[in-house]
Amino acid sequence: MMDQFITLLPELNKSFLETLIMVAIGLGVALVAGLPLGLLLFVTDRGLFLENKVVKSVTGIIVNLVRSVPFIILLVFLFPFTNFLVGSTTGPVAASVALSVAAIPFYARIVESSARDIDRGVIEAAIACGASPWLIIKDIIFPEIKPGLISGLTITAISLIGYSAMAGAIGGGGIGDLAIRYGYYRYDNFVMFTTVIILIVMVQVIQYAGDFLAKYVKKG
Amino acid sequence: MISIEQLSKVYQTKDRKIIGVDDVTMSVEQGEIFGIVGYSGAGKSSLLRCMNILERPTSGKVVLDGTDLLSLSPKELRTARQSIGMIFQGFHLAMSKTVLENVAFALKASKVGRVERRRRALELLDLVGLSDKADQYPAQLSGGQKQRVSIARSLANDPKVLLCDEATSALDPNTTQSILKLLKKINRELGLTIVLITHEMEVVKEICDRCAVMEEGRIVEEGETYHMFAHPQNDLTKRFIQTVLDFNLPKELLEKSKGTIVHMKFTGELAGESIVSDLLKNYEVSGNILHGKVDYIQNKALGTFVIELTGEDAEVQRAIEHVRQKVEVEVLPHDGSVHHSVAGAE
Ligand SMILES: Nc1ncnc2c1ncn2[C@@H]1O[C@H](COP(=O)(O)OP(=O)(O)OP(=O)(O)O)[C@@H](O)[C@H]1O
Ligand SMILES: [Mg+2]
Repeated sequence: MMDQFITLLPELNKSFLETLIMVAIGLGVALVAGLPLGLLLFVTDRGLFLENKVVKSVTGIIVNLVRSVPFIILLVFLFPFTNFLVGSTTGPVAASVALSVAAIPFYARIVESSARDIDRGVIEAAIACGASPWLIIKDIIFPEIKPGLISGLTITAISLIGYSAMAGAIGGGGIGDLAIRYGYYRYDNFVMFTTVIILIVMVQVIQYAGDFLAKYVKKG
Repeated sequence: MISIEQLSKVYQTKDRKIIGVDDVTMSVEQGEIFGIVGYSGAGKSSLLRCMNILERPTSGKVVLDGTDLLSLSPKELRTARQSIGMIFQGFHLAMSKTVLENVAFALKASKVGRVERRRRALELLDLVGLSDKADQYPAQLSGGQKQRVSIARSLANDPKVLLCDEATSALDPNTTQSILKLLKKINRELGLTIVLITHEMEVVKEICDRCAVMEEGRIVEEGETYHMFAHPQNDLTKRFIQTVLDFNLPKELLEKSKGTIVHMKFTGELAGESIVSDLLKNYEVSGNILHGKVDYIQNKALGTFVIELTGEDAEVQRAIEHVRQKVEVEVLPHDGSVHHSVAGAE
């Protein structure tokens, strides 16, 4: 058993790293693009200070479109785009393209819904102070939803691990790929269990770290 | 200071239009405390929120110190809002900011520098008596303290006007008193004009120089607070005033009484006691005081006396006619049904 593990180790390391790359890129893009998109969805909503029906509906529809396509189909559908962007459709970086595309609207909706939980009155009071929209976003909305943003990232990261396994199945690499290649095609239960355990540990660690961080940034 | 001209606010919901404010014209003078009372849904908040364009009026004008607020660009409007403070029933403090940061935020909105922000915010917290709470979070404060923070925030940019939307409605009577005192102090010391809306006539009685009564989006009566209390015209106004001046005589007392029950209302400088003693001296009647109370509104006395007069009918009538020349008098029926002008049927 130990021998089995040692022979598997190099492959395991590589796969683990690949999963990490996929999740990290996806998460990074979700943060960079999904956060502003989520805020946009929120502030252009009815009754808010940048209310804009057109912007709100167009972004809302696009977000829903992407969200309604099953990930595995999105992955294949995006092959031409991925190829154009990274020059290949295999490997963790290529898989990150589809992961990112899926993560952006996913995170954006989370951001939007945590912003909705802010007491409207607080935003109203800020408007009554004569604050500019940007100042309200930066200085009221952002600090108020910071814990929510972090919990949202945690949820997104965990979903991305799941998605990355699917991406792995069609050439993305990573833990999921390993599990399918050895565990599924070669009936290697040892590899199967090992990968499952690694995934469980990963999810637990992310959840724990996320909860801790969310609590840490929570003020008041 | 603020003048509102033919202002209407219509809310468009999915299936119908709701009239919030219906053709209101009014003005608030520099340095006064103006109260707007009305039952829930009367349109008080709508009207108040139109004063700083938190709600954009459907039609009409809002003029602050000569500036038509509806003609301003978004940026100009933001600057104008800095000279209009506002406080709310629910305080509306940012929970993730400390007390100091909440106050400093308003200064950030007007682009005051960091060091100055801190200095000024501390000064304001001192004014509202919360210097020691600067680094606490709103969740750690009581309702009254939260309202003080929001008052400090609203005063940050030296506003000309302070709008108060049911500022004391969420507070207990003691805390209400202390917040009202603070508002009055600010009004006196800083010369700040205050517009406040409330459904408690007690609040109006306590601090308003003038007031208006609203019903179904309209102002049905408006005037000096004392005058309103002394001579209410509208039925709704009367009902509101009742809540403060009401007195209830036990029904048994009225039924048992053999004399004539007279309700007198003394306004202004007239001293109730001397009129009563005059009456008893000059006429062949004897009196039994059933109720007596003096309310002070804007430091002026408003007295209510209920006296049972006994004696010969004609003499009692003469006595009543005599008093009627000086004060408002009403004879109450014995069955305790319909009575006096201040407190209606109950
Ligand atoms: N955003 C809105 N959309 C639709 N209708 C509204 C809106 N705001 C207020 N109204 C309606 O306008 C009318 C006046 O409401 P408003 O809040 O001004 O009353 P109010 O006198 O402040 O009452 P309260 O004492 O309960 O605060 C009500 O019938 C209310 O339902
Ligand atoms: Mg209201």
